[in-house]
Amino acid sequence: MGSIIRTAANNVGASGVFSSSAFNNASLNSVTSLPTAVDGKMKLILSQTASSDASLSFTSGIDSTYKTYCFKFINIHPANNDTNLNYNGSTDGGSNYNVTKTTTFFEARHKEDNTSNSLAYNTGADLAQSTGYQRIINGLGNAGDATGSGELWLFNPSSTTYVKHFMSRLNSMNYQSPPFTQDIFVAGYFNTTSAINAINFQMSSGNIDAGTIALYGIA
Amino acid sequence: MGTRITSLANNFDTTGKLKAAGINNASLSGITALPSGANAGKKTLLSTQTASASASLSFTSGLDSTYDAYCFKYVNVHPSVSTDEQWQFQVSTDGGSSYGVAVVSTAFRGYHFENDAGAALENRSPDNQEGRSNETTYQTLGYQGGAVADENCSGEIWLYNPSSTTYVKHFISKNCIVGYDSGNGGFLQNYYVAGYFNTTSAINAVDFKFASGNIDAGTIKLYGVSTS
Repeated sequence: MGSIIRTAANNVGASGVFSSSAFNNASLNSVTSLPTAVDGKMKLILSQTASSDASLSFTSGIDSTYKTYCFKFINIHPANNDTNLNYNGSTDGGSNYNVTKTTTFFEARHKEDNTSNSLAYNTGADLAQSTGYQRIINGLGNAGDATGSGELWLFNPSSTTYVKHFMSRLNSMNYQSPPFTQDIFVAGYFNTTSAINAINFQMSSGNIDAGTIALYGIA
Repeated sequence: MGTRITSLANNFDTTGKLKAAGINNASLSGITALPSGANAGKKTLLSTQTASASASLSFTSGLDSTYDAYCFKYVNVHPSVSTDEQWQFQVSTDGGSSYGVAVVSTAFRGYHFENDAGAALENRSPDNQEGRSNETTYQTLGYQGGAVADENCSGEIWLYNPSSTTYVKHFISKNCIVGYDSGNGGFLQNYYVAGYFNTTSAINAVDFKFASGNIDAGTIKLYGVSTS
């Protein structure tokens, strides 16, 4: 043990402070948690990848831990052609997805052959105090290379005082031939003062054939 | 050695735990890697490029399957030319040897003149404006003025799953750009440009430039975001 003490002492300065050479784990790869200051501003909570799934639900991790939550959508591909990616919130942990919402929906479109383009509000896709699902991708195609990608932000879902705002922006390839590119903006609020604690995503018809939805908390 | 042992002992508390003062590297500056769990979901900075009269800024490494989404943030980009010029980007499937992948895109902007001469929300998707329909030209993100020294643009582009060999590659961007009109002077443009690079080949490089002249100044940072 005397030898170990002598070796250890060589890693200690005259003031009794360990030098950096005293630590054999420069990669910190056994550390399981970091101080809050190091933990960053964007924390992955849960990632789900669809494989012919009827829906993807996030029934945990949405609470008062974070004030802002962000869902990122990577290459959402539907089983059926001309379907919408829809979502809804729950105040009972996912038993029911039917929270009242008021929303806006507008989109920029441009066809691959340049025969048409537009920037327009879509009155057929918004909601006014409806408990139905809100579409965030419109008329998605199921061609082999067709998908939608983007993000959805949800603000302070655990509040029991205020309504819960959200806004999304996803780009997608629509179902027509030749297809449009669509840059879709949706925003609104869950008109409830109950906490939102679960979110469900599904296509308007058929399964989510493939794609990843990841939930992040923003500190 | 006895002195050091005594000093060392003073750096332990009564429960035998090492005090923070007992480590001379409070900043952890010697740490070269963090556990993988600590990086999950974080926006990881991959590279930074700063222009100095540069013809273009290219990112030819770091764009691969490591991350599911990549984000470019550009700050205070200023052109060398004095007239309005198009701020643009394109991608490559051959590591940057060529930049010319077919792109289908939309564009719109809100604008407002500093002299309050006009303000509007405007569709800019036609091909003769900023939209593209399977063209291989550079994608314009907006018209940047260069006549005044303080004019610049800042914004971001998200590029999703560029390494996919199955799907087209979606991108969405938002930009704050100061334009210049000879009649009314400076005006703010809030541009939203999005679309997809219409290829199933992996995208592995991205190039930024002005349609003419150099990038006089500005910084572009590339981040990766993981979904696992």
